[in-house]
Amino acid sequence: MIPVFDLPTLWAFVIAFAVFAYVVMDGFDLGIGILFPFFQPGPERDSAMNSVAPVWDGNETWLVLGGGGLMAAFPLAYAIVLPALYAPIIAMVLALIFRGVAFEFRWRDPGHRRYWDFAFTTGSVVATLAQGITLGALLQGIAVEGRSYAGGWWDWFTPFSLLVGISLVIGYALLGATWLVMKTEGMVQNHSYRLAGKLAIGLIVCVGLVSAATPFLNGAYYERWFAWPQVLFTAQVPLLVGLCSGALLVSLVRRWEYWPFLLTLGLFGLCLLGLGISMFPYVVPNAVTIHEAAAPTASLQFMLVGASVLIPIILAYTGYSYWVFRGKTGHEGYH
Amino acid sequence: MFDQFDALLLARFQFAFTVSFHFIFPSFSIGLASYLAVLEGLWLWTGREVYLNLFKYWLKIFALAFAMGVVSGIVMSYQFGTNWSVFSDKAGPVIGPLMAYEVMTAFFLEAGFLGIMLFGMGRVGRKLHFAATLAVAVGTFISAFWILSANSWMQTPVGYGVNEVGQFVPQDWWAIIFNPSFPYRLVHTVMAAYLTTALVVGGVGAWHLLRECTNKGARVMFSMAMGMISVVAPLQIFAGDMHGLNTLEHQPAKVMAMEGHFQSHPDGAPLILFGIPDQEAGTVHSAIEIPKASSLILKHDLNAPLKGLDTVDRANWPYVPVVFWSFRIMVGLGFAMFALGVLSLWARFRSRLYDWRPLHWLALTMGPAGFVAVIAGWVTTEVGRQPFTVYGLLMTAASASPLEAPAVAASLLTFIVVYFIVFGAGTGYILKLMGKAPHPGETGPEAGREPIRTAGITPAPAIDPARTLGAEA
Repeated sequence: MIPVFDLPTLWAFVIAFAVFAYVVMDGFDLGIGILFPFFQPGPERDSAMNSVAPVWDGNETWLVLGGGGLMAAFPLAYAIVLPALYAPIIAMVLALIFRGVAFEFRWRDPGHRRYWDFAFTTGSVVATLAQGITLGALLQGIAVEGRSYAGGWWDWFTPFSLLVGISLVIGYALLGATWLVMKTEGMVQNHSYRLAGKLAIGLIVCVGLVSAATPFLNGAYYERWFAWPQVLFTAQVPLLVGLCSGALLVSLVRRWEYWPFLLTLGLFGLCLLGLGISMFPYVVPNAVTIHEAAAPTASLQFMLVGASVLIPIILAYTGYSYWVFRGKTGHEGYH
Repeated sequence: MFDQFDALLLARFQFAFTVSFHFIFPSFSIGLASYLAVLEGLWLWTGREVYLNLFKYWLKIFALAFAMGVVSGIVMSYQFGTNWSVFSDKAGPVIGPLMAYEVMTAFFLEAGFLGIMLFGMGRVGRKLHFAATLAVAVGTFISAFWILSANSWMQTPVGYGVNEVGQFVPQDWWAIIFNPSFPYRLVHTVMAAYLTTALVVGGVGAWHLLRECTNKGARVMFSMAMGMISVVAPLQIFAGDMHGLNTLEHQPAKVMAMEGHFQSHPDGAPLILFGIPDQEAGTVHSAIEIPKASSLILKHDLNAPLKGLDTVDRANWPYVPVVFWSFRIMVGLGFAMFALGVLSLWARFRSRLYDWRPLHWLALTMGPAGFVAVIAGWVTTEVGRQPFTVYGLLMTAASASPLEAPAVAASLLTFIVVYFIVFGAGTGYILKLMGKAPHPGETGPEAGREPIRTAGITPAPAIDPARTLGAEA
């Protein structure tokens, strides 16, 4: 049961890190898109938009690293999973187009701003829903034959994958609301506090439902969570989720500005840990392990050299960019 | 069987459509990022306000083009898996790491500093802001480096082995990255991006000179663009020739298709200027040719023998009519750019650069010529690589995902509709910005973001007005 830290395992952690970095950074800006209709056109919306305008592009790059990294490190998994999830993946990239251009277009065309605001919201909701469905569909299992996908074109569409999709929409919306609590003042902040309270309760319910359903998706998950003596370790996860949820609710009621965002991130981190416990060492559940899917050693080594130097540098200048745009944002753009 | 064929054709069309649309933006932003760095550098060096105004003028356009490049690029990074899963499985161990390096060395650099470049004017000092602009410009070049290396490896694969499950296994990364066609393709593509940008900048400058020939900003941008074209266009023709010779060495069938040489010519091959290639009959109808000129260009000898497609298995022919015509479009436009450069030099020599209207009309007409030439060039090289994805090793027909035709048809249709709406609107906004003349006191990309102050919301704090770029000008 002790994981051996060979190259494929290391790369599984790098990809997991990229996915988490993506959720941490793009989660809140997708969330702001989801919440956009709840804000008044004019200063409220402009303020919300300006809080992410300088950083959204870098945030989305983590998604490209996740996809590109998967192809490079686990080409077999990339080749099986993406065709299996054809519709949600295509929907996600198209939705990201709409919301990405809306950042610029809404300022260039005040006459049609309503339409680009609508595109921003719809794009954010669809992209998030598609990401959640992708995760849910992967978790419930993918039919594999030889080296390719062997299922039908609607296999991804189940009550469970929809549940995960909706949970993610609520989760990102909560990240967005708690981000705005941190980055804005006055009426936008008040509004965000109110939204965050409702969303937090929604997310806690959803996390409970998904967690309860997952072990029963297949026998192996049940084993991994409840077999003795691992249960001593795995039981800590729901315990921490409970603590984190409680603290989140308290921080919202007491209006501790920074804590709601950080605790929501904590919840996301714990969910990712739970996901890891369910899936490891498989990358396609019960079909392909990370070792079977891994690229040849020459590929993994070559990339690891770059990743170990470059990822810390990337984190450093990304941090610097956030530092430059620190503090509360106004609604009028950066002058 | 028929279904399979349909799905393959649809997948190919979808890739061609999305990648062509995507490349329009980088081919512009690679050059524009460098131009912006030059403008900001000149402003810092000379202190002349006109450079700052031009910087801000083009920065607004850059923001739009860059956003469209990013979102259309995300599509590409997932499409390899969704539609070309067998290719991804087999070539992923070689191509994947090159693209991962592109993300880690280029995309993050560009994205990380773009925010500061666009919105950070008032928040960081002059030098740091210039460093951010440089980082973005360098990032666009690094991105071109890696993606062209990956593409070139698919054209001229070396440095690999094949494992028991049929995957390409990297053996020599140096050989893979600097594969035989890569240096030529890199130089040719980056110069194409510079020319494309120079033509756009020149076209915009010409438009405003036609309306108001005393506009300072229009004069400076027109002069800079024409100077760039006069230098780069001849270099590009030379580089293109070198690239062609390299292709002749490594992918002869592609050159045969470009030249329309269905038959071998044992004693000097003619240069077919125009004609109607007939793939079925294996001949070019009503060809207008210069005897022996093709051998002179390709072998530097009038009587050198040149093989034709009759020496290649018919199953491995690329589709000649497309390659033949796209190549002529690219070369024709290349020479038109050369002519524009020469005319501008003549106008400069006669001190008529800013008031010789025919030149301005020509420059305006040729504003979009770079995009057409770039796409035509890519069509030539990519269709010319067919019927392979990895040249000579992996057939396109054996690379696609096991998708059903209706699934691909539906996604293709959606891509077409969405791209025309979104990128149509974006191009419209860019043209709108270009339609306005540059003027003193130009605003940055934050312009139009409603500078209305409402009680209860304080503007961004910690901004010292004395430190903003505008205030310094």
